[in-house]
This record gives sequence, C-alpha cells and structure tokens, in this order.
Amino acid sequence: MRITCPLCGERDRREFYYVGDAVALNRPDPDAGDVVWDDYVHNRDNPAGVTRDLWYHESGCASWIVVTRNTITHEVLETALASDVKEATS
Amino acid sequence: MRVAGKGLVDCSKPLRFLFDGTSYQGFEGDTLASALLANDVKMVARSFKYHRPRGIVGAGSEEAGALVTVGSGAHQDPNVRATVQEIYEGLSAQSQNRWPSLGFDILSVNDLAAPFLGAGFYYKTFMWPKAFWEKLYEPVIRRSAGIGALSGLSNADRYEKAFAFCDLLVIGSGPSGLMAALTAARAGADVILCEEDSVFGGRLNGESLEIAETSGQDWGTAAIAELSSMDNVRLMSRTSVTGAYDQGTYGALERVSHHMTQAQGKPLETFWRIVAKRAILAAGAIERPVAFRNNDRPGIMTAAAVRTYLHRYGVAPGKAVTVFANNDDAHRTAKDLVAAGVHVAGVIDTRTDAPDGQGYPVYKGAEVCDSAGRRALESVSFRYADGRVDKLQTDCLAMSGGWNPTVHLTCHMNGRPKWDGSIQSFVPTEGMVAGLEAVGACNGAFSTHAALLQGNAAALTALGDLGLKTIAQDVPDAEDAPYRLKPLWAVKGKGRAWLDFQNDVTVKDVKMAAQENFRSVEHMKRYTTQGMAPDQGKNSNVAALAVLADATGRGIPETGTTTFRPPFVPVSIASLGAGAQGKGFAPERFTTSHTASVERGAPMIEAGLWYRPSYFPATGEKTWRESCDREVGYVRNAVGVCDVSTLGKIDIQGPDAGAFLDFVYTNMFSTLKVGRTRYGLMLREDGTVMDDGTTARLGESHYVMTTTTAAAGPVMRHLEYVKQCLRPDLDVNLVSVTEQWAQFAVAGPKSRDLLNGLLDTKIDNENWPFMACGTVSALGVEGRLFRISFSGEHAYEVAVPARYGDSLFRTLTSRAEAMGGGAYGMEALNVLRIEKGFITHSEIHGRTNAFDIGMERMVSQKKDCIGKTMSERPGLTDPEREQLVGVKPIGPVKQLTAGSFLFKSEDSAVRENAQGYMTSVGFSPEFGTFIGLGFLSNGRARHGEQMLMVDHLRDVVARVEICDPVFFDPEGGRVRG
Amino acid sequence: MRFSGLKVLTEGLRGNKGWQAHWRDAQPKAEYDMIIIGGGGHGLSTAYYLAKNHGMTNIAVVEKGYLGGGNVGRNTTIVRANYFLPGNSEFYSHSLKLWEGLEEDLNYNVMHSQRGLINLFHSDGQRDAFARRGNAMINQGDDAILLDREGVRKKLPYLDFDNGRFPIYGGLYHPRGGTARHDAVAWGYARGASDRGVDLIQNCEVTGIDIEGGVVQGVQTSRGPIRAKKVGIVVAGRSGQVAAMAGRRLPIESHVLQAFVTEGLKPVIDHVISFGMGHFYISQSDKGGLVFGGDLDFYASYASRGNLPMKEHVMEAGMTLMPMIGKAKVLRSWGGIMDMTPDGSPIIDKMDGIDGLYIDCGWNYGGFKAVPASGWSMAHLMATDTPHEVAKGFRLDRFRTGVGIIDEEGTGSQHNLH
Repeated sequence: MRITCPLCGERDRREFYYVGDAVALNRPDPDAGDVVWDDYVHNRDNPAGVTRDLWYHESGCASWIVVTRNTITHEVLETALASDVKEATS
Repeated sequence: MRVAGKGLVDCSKPLRFLFDGTSYQGFEGDTLASALLANDVKMVARSFKYHRPRGIVGAGSEEAGALVTVGSGAHQDPNVRATVQEIYEGLSAQSQNRWPSLGFDILSVNDLAAPFLGAGFYYKTFMWPKAFWEKLYEPVIRRSAGIGALSGLSNADRYEKAFAFCDLLVIGSGPSGLMAALTAARAGADVILCEEDSVFGGRLNGESLEIAETSGQDWGTAAIAELSSMDNVRLMSRTSVTGAYDQGTYGALERVSHHMTQAQGKPLETFWRIVAKRAILAAGAIERPVAFRNNDRPGIMTAAAVRTYLHRYGVAPGKAVTVFANNDDAHRTAKDLVAAGVHVAGVIDTRTDAPDGQGYPVYKGAEVCDSAGRRALESVSFRYADGRVDKLQTDCLAMSGGWNPTVHLTCHMNGRPKWDGSIQSFVPTEGMVAGLEAVGACNGAFSTHAALLQGNAAALTALGDLGLKTIAQDVPDAEDAPYRLKPLWAVKGKGRAWLDFQNDVTVKDVKMAAQENFRSVEHMKRYTTQGMAPDQGKNSNVAALAVLADATGRGIPETGTTTFRPPFVPVSIASLGAGAQGKGFAPERFTTSHTASVERGAPMIEAGLWYRPSYFPATGEKTWRESCDREVGYVRNAVGVCDVSTLGKIDIQGPDAGAFLDFVYTNMFSTLKVGRTRYGLMLREDGTVMDDGTTARLGESHYVMTTTTAAAGPVMRHLEYVKQCLRPDLDVNLVSVTEQWAQFAVAGPKSRDLLNGLLDTKIDNENWPFMACGTVSALGVEGRLFRISFSGEHAYEVAVPARYGDSLFRTLTSRAEAMGGGAYGMEALNVLRIEKGFITHSEIHGRTNAFDIGMERMVSQKKDCIGKTMSERPGLTDPEREQLVGVKPIGPVKQLTAGSFLFKSEDSAVRENAQGYMTSVGFSPEFGTFIGLGFLSNGRARHGEQMLMVDHLRDVVARVEICDPVFFDPEGGRVRG
Repeated sequence: MRFSGLKVLTEGLRGNKGWQAHWRDAQPKAEYDMIIIGGGGHGLSTAYYLAKNHGMTNIAVVEKGYLGGGNVGRNTTIVRANYFLPGNSEFYSHSLKLWEGLEEDLNYNVMHSQRGLINLFHSDGQRDAFARRGNAMINQGDDAILLDREGVRKKLPYLDFDNGRFPIYGGLYHPRGGTARHDAVAWGYARGASDRGVDLIQNCEVTGIDIEGGVVQGVQTSRGPIRAKKVGIVVAGRSGQVAAMAGRRLPIESHVLQAFVTEGLKPVIDHVISFGMGHFYISQSDKGGLVFGGDLDFYASYASRGNLPMKEHVMEAGMTLMPMIGKAKVLRSWGGIMDMTPDGSPIIDKMDGIDGLYIDCGWNYGGFKAVPASGWSMAHLMATDTPHEVAKGFRLDRFRTGVGIIDEEGTGSQHNLH
C-alpha cells in the first residue's frame, strides 16, 4: 500500500503510522456529555466503502494526514494535512 | 532419453548429480526433471495420502507431481519442484514421503485402505476414547501426513530483500510479454521484465513455432538481445512475481543461486518489492490434465510439458508416447515427436472430428479410461463411444484437457475471473487489479499472433497512461491457429480418477462432498482439501469445479471459483523474512556509555530497542544481588551514576508552548517558572495514564520534556497529533532530541560534591534547589543540569551533547568511585524507585488511571486536558478499583514476587477472591527484606491490613502487610538536602 | 446418522454410498421464534445451544454466503484459556471446558488437539506480566506453568537461544491450550443444530432489520422478509453494517489480520508457540502445514487481504525466533476482517433500546477459541433475557460508563491509540 503525503509525495505504507477514523479531529467540549464523548472516543461508522482516517508520516516529515480511502478496495482517493483540515473546519 | 539435435541445454557441459543416492549425468541448462527424464527415471515421489507413485507431470512452476528434497544438513530444502530446480555439479536430491525407500514404501498400504480414507473420513471417527486423540490418533496422522521434512537446523543460507521501481512491470516473457516489453522500452519507459524461468521466451522455448518467418526461439532471442541492450530495461530471470498488492506494489521472488554449486557470495534468494506505475500480466496458461481411472501414474504428463522437454531440453519423456486430447493443440505434441524421430503410439482424441495423424494413428471419438504399470506407465486403455475398449502399450501419456489461463495475479485483490464458454476457461475480469492488464494466453488469447497483438496494445495503453510518447510498432506475423476444443473434465467410469495429484483428491471425493452437502465450492475445497497442496490447485481446480458443477446440477459459472490468494508460487519464509535472523529483527540502540559499561563487565539487557546495564559486578561478587545491594548503597550513602539517556527528550518551543503542555499534561505547566522542572502526568483520551516524566522550563517559550524509555516514540507521536490534529491554532514546535543528549543521573548525598568537581561554576542549595534546572558548563562543555530524583536522594541529571557522553560517564564514575560510590545499573535503579514508591510502566501498564495511582489531585480542575473528561467516568473513579499500595512481608516467608495475587488471609486463592496483584518487587538493603508495589481494591483505605500474597506458579505464599507505597523517607527530606 | 469408526468401515465396504448431508439446506419460512443473523462459528453455536440447552427449535440461521465462511474458516485455529482479567478469565475457561467435550457432544471430530501453548517472554518485565497471567489462570482453575529458559529449551530446542535479537527468558506454558480443525467446528455445529430442527439458510443476505415501536419484528433478506420475535446479530467482521440496519453505531473498527500456511511438512513443531516480542504465533496442522500469523495490518479494511509490510514482519519474527523454519514455503496467505473493540474484548449484550435485538460481536483477533462459550452465552441471553454468568462482563455500555473495561493488552480503551 502506498500513500501520498501532501509534503513528501507517494511513499510506502511502512513509513506511516495509522490511528483510525478522522472523527478524532472533532474533539467535543469537555462538558458535551457522556453520550457525545462515547461517540467521539468509541463509536464508529466504520464504513465498508469510503472513509476518512488519520495517518502519521512517522518515518518521514511527521505530518498527520487525513486520508480519504476505500476500505473495500484500499484505493486512496485524497490526502490532506490534518492541520489544514482542522483549521478549515474550526 | 535424449533426442539428438534438440534442446537448449549445453551438451558440452555435462554435470553429475545424485537422486536418492544414485549418480546421473545431465547438462547445463537441465532442470532436475529434464535430467531425470533423460535418464529414464520416471517415479520420483509418493503422494500425500495414499503414497501412490508419482512422476513428473509438467515442466513449470505449477508442477503437480515431482516434489523432492534438495541438499542436506542445514541446507536441506524440502518440497522443491524438480521442474524448477536447475541441476548443477554435485546437486543431491532425495525423494519424499516414503519409508524406507521410494520403491518400497510401507505406507503405500494406505492405497489399499482407500475405501475408508475418502474425503473427510477423519471428521467421522477417531473420537473414542477421548484421550486417544492426542496420544495415538493424532501422532499417527501427523507422522503419515506432510510431504518433505525440514532439517530442524537453523537456516545457514543467505537471503535478501530489495526494492525496485519502474514505469511498467511485465510479468512473463513469452511472446505477449516480450512484445509488450519491446513496445514500452522502445518508447523510453522504465521497464522491468520478470521471467520465472532461467531463460526468457516462455512457450517459445517449448514449441516449434514461427514468428516473422523465423523460429519463435530465434525471434525471442533477438528480442531479449535488444531489450538487454537498453538502459531503461531491467531483465529479471528466475524471478516469479508472487503477489499483486495495493497501489501497484508487487512481490517477486528471485531464485538467485539455487542453480549454483557455490553461491559465490550471492544470496540463495532475493525477495523483491516492485513498485510499478503500470503492469502487464503475460503469465501464459497452464494445460489441464484429464481425470480418468489411474491417471496419476508416473509417465502421465501434460501434452505441452512433453513438447517442452523435447524442444527446450532435448529429452523424450518416453520411448512410445501416446497423446490423449480433446483439442487440436495437443496434436502438436505428436507431430513434434515424430519429427524428432520419437515413436508415437497414437493420439486418442475424444472428438470424432479430430485432425488426422501425420505419421501416427489417431483414435477419434475415444477416451482413455484406465492405465496400468506399477511404478511407471506401461499401457493405457481407451474406450470408444460404442463401449469398445482397446489398449496401447506406452510409457508416456501426454494428456491435454485444454488450457487454463494463468489468471491468478489478477485475482489477488479479491477479483473473480469470468467464465468464457468459447474456451471453456476462466479469464480475467478487466480492472480487478488497478493498473494491471492481462495479455496473451493468460487473457484467453491462445494463438501466438493474438498474444503479440495484445502485448503490443497493452503496452501502448500503458504508455498513454504514463504520458509517454508511443511509437507505432509492427507486430510480426505468427501462428494464428484457432483454438478448437470439446470440453472434457473427467472420463466416466469406475475406480479412482485423480484431480489433485498432490493431495490425492479424486473425482469420487468431490462427488461425495456434494452428496454430503458440501456443495458450495468453498465447502468442497475445505472438505476434500482439493487445491490446498503446493500447486494450490493450478492443475486441478477448474476440473474439480466442473465435477462439482456436474454433481450438483449447476453450470460452472454458477458454481463459482474459490479465491486465488498470494503467493503465486511457494515462497520461503527465509526470503520474506530475510535480514531478520539473529539480531536483524529490530534495530539495536546503544547509549554513549555502552562501551564503558561493557568494559566494566556489566550485563547489558534489552530495554525496548535500547541496551542498558543490568549491574556492574565488582571483584568477588557471586550474584547479581550482591552487586545490586552495593549499588543501592552508593546512592543511599555516597553517590551513584546512571545513564538515563534512553528516556525520551522532546524539545518544545514557541509562544504557546506552555498552553500546549497544559493541554497534554493533567497539571499546569504554563505557570512553571523559568529554571524550574515539574513532574507531569499524561493521559490517553480514554482517561488512562499514558506516561509520566518531568518537564523543564529552560526559557519563556522553551521547555524540554522527558518521557519514559518505553513511551518515547508514542509520546512524540501523541504530541504531534495534539498539535496538528487538535490544536493547530497553537504556535508551538516539537522535536525529539533523545539522541542528541547524553544524560546521566548523579544521585546520593555526595552528588553535589561530585558535580561541583566538574562544573565551571559551582552550585549550592540556594542557587540550585530541588527541581531547579538550567544551563551549566562542565569541564568547559556546555550542558544542562536538572535537580530531579528517581531515587528519593539528593540527585541531579546532567546532560551534555551526545559526543561528550562517553567521556562524561567515565569521568563521573571514576570520580564517584573515589568518593565511595560508582556506577549503578537497572537493578539498583529499580530497587531505589520501589523504596520510594515511584511508578514505572509496571504500574502504569495501560489499565491504570490517575485515581488508581493516587494522583487524581494532579488532574487540574482549572483547565481541560487530554483524557480529563473520560477519566471522570463513573467506572474510573469507583473506590473499589485497585489502587497503588506498598506490600511488605510479615511472616516467615520473606520472598515477594511480581505477578502474584493478594487475598484476604482467610480466603482461598481463587479468582473470585482475588483482591489485587503485585507489580514490582525488589530486595531493599535498607529494610533488609523484600518490598513490593501492587494494586489492591480500595487499597488506600487498607494500609495496615494483613493479607496473603499467593504465587501459584512459583509456589510462594507469604503473609504480607499493606502499607503506603512510599517505604523510604516518606517526608521527602533527603531529596532537598 | 451417527458417525463412528465402525460407520466409516461399513460405509467404505458399501462404496460410501450411504453418507448423507451433514446438514439440511432449509428454505426460509415466513416466521420463526428467533433468527440468528450470521452462519459463522458463533452464529451456528448460538443456534446449536439454543436448541440443545433451551429447547428452542423454531429458529433460523441466515447466512449471506456459505456456512462457516467467515473468520471461523480463516484463522490460525488456536484454542486457549490464558486470559487474566476478570470478565475474560471465566468466559474463556468455560469455553475451553466446552471444547474438551465438543467432539462427544457434536459427534463430529473437530480435531481439538491439546498440544500445549507456550507464550515466550524476553525480559524481566514480561516475565512479571506473564506470571500475573499464569497466576490468574490458576486462580480461575485453569492450568499454567512458568518455564525458565532451560525449561523452554527442553521443549523447543530449535528456537534460536544464542543469536536472537530478543533473548528468551522463559515461557508461560498452558498445557491445555492447543488447536482445532477450524472448518470442522462450523460444520459440526451446523450438523448438530440442523439435526435438532434449526433451519440453516445459506445464500440469504439480511438487508434490513424490521423494528416497530422499539420492538424487533423480523428481518428483510435477499430471499424475502422473515418475521421473528427475537433477532441475534452474530456477524463479527460485518457487525457495523448490520447494526446500522437497526440504526446503531458500535464501538468497533474493522481491521485485517493476515495468516499464512506452508506446504505439508513432516512433524517439526509440536506445540503452539507465541513470540513475546514480535506478534508471531505458530503451530503445525495435522496435515503438516505450518500455520502462523502476526499482528493486524493496521488500517481499517473490509478487503479480506493484506499487504506486504505485515507479511514480511511476521516472517521476520519467525526467522529471528526459529530460523529452522526458513525453508518452509508459504503457499497461501489470507486476511480475516476483525471486529476491533476499544478494549480488545468482545460484546454479548442486548441492543440497548430495541426489544428483542441482541448482538454478539467484537471478537477482535480471538474469536475462534470463543466459539463454544460465545454461542452458549448468546443462546442463554436470547433465551432468558439475562446475561450468562460467564459473559456478563461483555457489556456494550462499558465504554460509556468506564465500568468493567477489559483491556488485556493495556493499549487503551480507545481506537486512536493502538
């Protein structure tokens, strides 16, 4: 599997560390309540299809990357710096 | 036998080799299979279940019959396909799965018991009496199962791995692959051409065909010559592409020196990871055997294999060859043999409209229905449509049930091939592997001309995709015969007709599976083991499927296929795992004091990837405990020196550094004064403790964080995550400086004295109090000094650029020794921290939260931080949770053990009664006894309670008292002294 | 039909003509008392124990593909009871006891082989952790023996004791651990359930779950609607999709775990061995193939296939631990889809807020050994509406409340920090 780092270009999967759903970017307020926090930390759409997840270019430039990817085909559709995505949404 | 004037082997280079101890001669260019056939050796193996005699069935990597063991001792290589193994001077091969010998094999009695050993018989028996499974049945089954044997000795050969990149990967060098490579290479694309065989050309070497009015072999040789002259082409022979993976990644196995007497410094095999922007699969097709009674005898081969032996190796696999076919193609075998002067007993063709013979009889509308010959074929019986049976004396049957395109790689990413009724085969579905196109025979195009056309067209498409200029190519004229075939999978009749020669699966087995409702193709496969042998069903799956379809009254397309999965050919564990044997599995990290520590005789132990000294033995000490006790004494009474460089060090700078730390730590760091250090606790978002450590504020916007050794990587990753994913608004930068600084703990009442001997400006308790930090100059080297302690003693950590580490460690230890102290290792460090109740990852083991370790007050209520909300969940603050406690022995048994459990004195030691468990223990010289840390339900309220510590595994039961985890100097006065 | 050695002999003499279907292929009826969605190991064992333990026979198992086609048909076949946290200990202990009587119970040889499992450790810290595990196993009434280095050498002389990157300090030996023939487990339960009247319906994909007023009414399938009073979702690997049909999100991410098998070899590895430093475990099947695996590929996936980095990593672990396997050749690799929960432990619970809907999921990479006890407990839950004693820790709400999180690995009760 190969992933295109927005800074470094296409690299082997070995250079990346994976953490999961990019919902992690949307951290709730501390007082949002247990249901919201449960959803944030635990519950997942877990789609069989297109998903957005977070990868860390650990053996590269140390960027966190939002990867839009298909979980059935492993096709990578889009990659973006997590910090850009976060700043664009907040 | 050899056929004069035929073959590509070099008759001027004879080679001697051994098979089952007998010496034979072959020539350079022979495979073991061709050389054995040249010597008229027919029986080379025994089958898996019935131990039936097995011969050579094919001539390629999909070989169904001839599996042998090559070499001996640590080089012993089992289940080698004789059709792939090239001979070399001194090659020694053995037959397998027979005892005592290939000719006389005791377990061949299994064949007589065949009625009772049908598909899945073992699911129905061997159940009584229960204990006999492990004691009797299973050992017997295991001994008789298996084919070859491993030596049991550690691998002694070299294997390697490599990466390669290209524009276009061409897999297979038959006519379609060569044409594709030529077209792409001439246009300037970076091309890698992989060929399984030792020579390029594919079927061109096994046929007598013409291309562009020259022989196919000559055309292929010219094409290879042209390709090898081009800088943008990499030709890789003896290289099987084993798997297709995501984003154009392919695995490939190169057999580098299997054909050499001496490896001459080369690896035996290299496993390649090839990244290709585009790929063309030109893998050809595999001829399929026909199932008929006793179709598994040595001497029964595929028709194309017979041609390969003739043209490629100059070998006739028999003196009187019979061809059994349902298609025109196989008639070439008879024609070519006759042309080479080999006797052809006849061609038996199931079709009434089969072509006529050219110097041999053709028995039209007949089917081979049986064979005879104990260890090798002697005759075949064939039956006409009217039931008449005739017999031919023959020592080689060349059979062909048609061809199966080699679609495997196109299915490696879950694609399913589609059924093409016109050729009665599965062909690739387009687009199953992104960027890969199948051409030629593997795409169902069986004529040479069609293969050339498809190869050229696919290369042009790939060039277009790559944005490279295409150059129009002339595709040469070539053989373009239509593929005429009448489907035949299994000849009807009594007796056993083999489908899977390796796993001994017969037509009956498949029918019985259907009868027992294993009607899904996956059920049939799993129940009968069809297709699970080394050839993974390449020779038999489609026929088995057809038999199943017939038995269940469905068509082949509805019946479906099983999944083809990587690898395409068997791949040694040593090649995929190359480089890891011994120390290569993981990097080794050494501190700057490593050499000095080893010089002092310290056993170096693994701490993650690092090596750290366990203890520093002194003359006369007999046990590690003596050394440890002495080293603990250094710290408690004088001064000890310990390398702590393995702890993670993260430099954090920027105007928002304080705010950032407030968010990742539970406690406040923005309020920390410059020149001060603070202990910090870091949680995961789920509220569990992630790590702890001290962070020093060196400047207004400059902090240095330390992490535990184990968590250095994860914490760095976590901080980057918080910065980039959660708080990109904060102006802060992070960099790991773990390896830039050598850092040493200097601990003990004389620590300041020791340091002041080195520091260019002396320190005292006023200008450098507990938790102070800052820049210092030691012997002229600028460094950093932190007054922090992991032992409860007056202590410091001094850091210098790593290049001074070795020198500083030697200086500190020798000066410490002069003061009655010295170096201490991990064992002493552990005792010192247990005495003080300091935690490590033995305590913060991923399941404990701040509440459990008594640090809930460190979770600041003034601010949010990672993990804070979730740490307030009811389950994480339940007083009945297990809390950190100290444990000391109070009975006659003084031994404590980590991993033991705590029980109330009156309770039995069973799960329901377990109250807690021990995490860390050590012998405290200070108290003259073992002490320990553990977790106990509601433990903070239970100090003073007497309990039992039970270790079933090591048979230790100790009466203990629960106490505060801080055993030593609970007031903390020494650290400020 | 009862299977026995005698039956094999008599059938053999009669030309094996008398063997019958191991299970009936049923057509869906309009209504059942209960429907189990998923004909894998857990679904089939749930149906079997509903019939056997609770006398429920008007039930159907609906399977979108073929029976046993999920993870029960693609795993490394390890059976063990070596968990150490309350919640898990009693459950897997119960499961192992069921395994030990399974062949008699099912009259089907699932080749449960108690050849012993050895978890190797490579540091003092790991020894302490394994000691805790072993003591917990004995507390539970199961078996564990702490082997030192020499003890391991005696059993596994072929390990690399001298040159390996991580020296072998010892091992935790679990004599009752072992393997079983994975497919046979599914078939044996299918046969047992079918014989007791359960309808097994293959090639029948559930496309919707009918819920009215918070009460389950039945399911929609590719072969039409089927009504039922109770519905159990037992589809590990696809739990998220099926739960979504009921409007629920689960604390699950789906990951791919690869496994590998070599060609048949004469006996060389007699135990199940697990390497403490490299996520590598291996055993040798009765057919002679080395069966081994490692860690997740580590990315959410439903592809049932993996990539080279983890393949190589697994083989590398094998080569540093036991370099004598170097010349064994991998014939096949495959990937299973794992329901990964935040804490690595499963869920057997009612679906909160929907009467009559139950879920058994989240088996992470350890579902095979759990098949008997999972079915046993799920059947109990569905039949009695109370959790079974050994499975009461597997609550769905434990993540929200933090009560009873069962994190054996200590890697976190959240997805984002593996």
